[in-house]
Amino acid sequence: MSSLERSDVARLAALARIDMTDEDLDRLSGQLAAIVDSVAKVAEVAGQDVPATSHPIPMSNVHREDVVRPSLSQEAALSSAPEAEDGRFRVPQILGEEA
Amino acid sequence: MSAMTYDKAMEQFDPVFGIEVHVELNTKTKMFCGCANEFGAEPNTQVCPVCLGLPGSMPVVNDKAVESAIRLGLSLGCSIRESSRFARKNYFYPDLAKDYQISQYDEPTCFEGSLDVVLDDGEVFTIGIERAHMEEDAGKNTHVGGTGGIQGASHSLVDYNRGGVPLVEIVTHPITGAGARTAEVARAYVATIRDIVKALGISDGRMEQGSVRADVNLSLRPKAVAGEDQNAVPFGKRSETKNVNSLRAIERAIHFEATRQADLLLAGEPVVQETRHWHEDTGSTTSGRSKEQAEDYRYFPEPDLLPVEPSREWVEELRGTIPEHPAKMRARLKEEWAFSDTDMRDAVNADALDLIAASVAAGAKPQAARKWWMGELARTANDRGVTLRDLPVTPQDVAQLQGLVDEGKINDKLARQALEGVLAGEGSPAEVVESRGLAVVSDDSALEAAVDEALAAQPDVLAKIQDGKVQAAGAIVGAVMKATRGQADAGRVREIILQRAGVEG
Repeated sequence: MSSLERSDVARLAALARIDMTDEDLDRLSGQLAAIVDSVAKVAEVAGQDVPATSHPIPMSNVHREDVVRPSLSQEAALSSAPEAEDGRFRVPQILGEEA
Repeated sequence: MSAMTYDKAMEQFDPVFGIEVHVELNTKTKMFCGCANEFGAEPNTQVCPVCLGLPGSMPVVNDKAVESAIRLGLSLGCSIRESSRFARKNYFYPDLAKDYQISQYDEPTCFEGSLDVVLDDGEVFTIGIERAHMEEDAGKNTHVGGTGGIQGASHSLVDYNRGGVPLVEIVTHPITGAGARTAEVARAYVATIRDIVKALGISDGRMEQGSVRADVNLSLRPKAVAGEDQNAVPFGKRSETKNVNSLRAIERAIHFEATRQADLLLAGEPVVQETRHWHEDTGSTTSGRSKEQAEDYRYFPEPDLLPVEPSREWVEELRGTIPEHPAKMRARLKEEWAFSDTDMRDAVNADALDLIAASVAAGAKPQAARKWWMGELARTANDRGVTLRDLPVTPQDVAQLQGLVDEGKINDKLARQALEGVLAGEGSPAEVVESRGLAVVSDDSALEAAVDEALAAQPDVLAKIQDGKVQAAGAIVGAVMKATRGQADAGRVREIILQRAGVEG
């Protein structure tokens, strides 16, 4: 398992829209690499008989019935929005393209 | 302008395409919360902490959405995974309140299927399905300022009513071998998916409302030289045209992209692997973001949701609810109804098949049901700018109307008047016939009186008839029909005329 590079951290920061200085990158690259390497040790310990798992609790199919429940009012929905207009959330100009 | 055309592009290159279809499910509630899933409500009135992504809120899977996804998967011949899970797809865009979309990534619920699509000339083309997975829809952005598009907008407004609505995304394998019929096959594929979701009753299938939406991938590769296997030729770089939301637009988008890419390739320029936007008004695409660097969604398993593990018994039970494949059903109905190719195609294009079928089930003869839906009612729908099923008339009404004609209570002309009454909200055909007094005059004495009057008024015609020119009776029939305001049975009138004239018909 290879360690985390500084360029990986810069890329992840950009994807997560986190603004990082060069000093931040220097400092966090080392710290994050140590964390990733530690977690990677688990893979060494786990034998072939331990399947990869995403959920620690052995539960499944926790569903709900398709029954309508009350929604928020428009006023309540918009109450904590920084800005609203015409019953909608007002957001800054979108520079990127539609995903 | 280049002289490149779709046909020329297809002569020189071998097209490979793929389609992603998003189907909006018609569950009562959203995918992960109990907000109503309904089109057209006031903005932000069908939202709650879950679909607004407020801190501390937790999603819970809608059981009906899982059922719909499995039924759709089974209809596409897919295997249903014994254990599937949700994943977070991370990206920043204001129509996603959480900054991620809950989707499925490495363990989609439905995988590896295939679907036969039938082209207009009856040729069958098999499309390989890679997967059909569950996810949630995004909210709706309105761009303010500029020209209403994203470019030049001063800001945007977001309505999250659609955010969290359940979707099934169906992804094909790369489709090869369609050649010059690529655009047709793509269109037929999406039409087939639309028909299937409607037949399953899991979506209204309305492309104009965005209930079925398609993204179209296309690439061109060189044609194999003699002795070379076309399948051994590597794929070219592809473009992905987003949100192509009508059947016609799918064909047009493929025509445009094939032409554009062929032009680039022949000029020795590279095709860039990228997302492109479809413009309905100009029938063209423009570059969106380039895929190579921008796309990294950092998928990871959704920790707030548990795996979906449908029991084999449930899956088999659902398999038992899958209706007949629409293409097979059409072939069967065409045969049963003795429709011509044109009759059938017109009925399908008018989306009238199930209305005709329901009318037939209610007792109407197939040709009669077709005549009403494709004639008078199609005209009315067109005049009113609505679809057939939006008209205030039911298949039962049509069957009843035709029944009244068949019984001789009314003739065709009166039936059209009765239908007008039904469309005006005056009640069932029988009620309208009653209230408007439309019944055919079948009382012979009344008809005889009218015939006598008409014959007396036109003695020359009577002479002609008696002279053997039986066709002259038409003038008298017309006069009697006029006198009875169209309420006489023309056949019976003619019989009476001939009797009175002493001539046997």
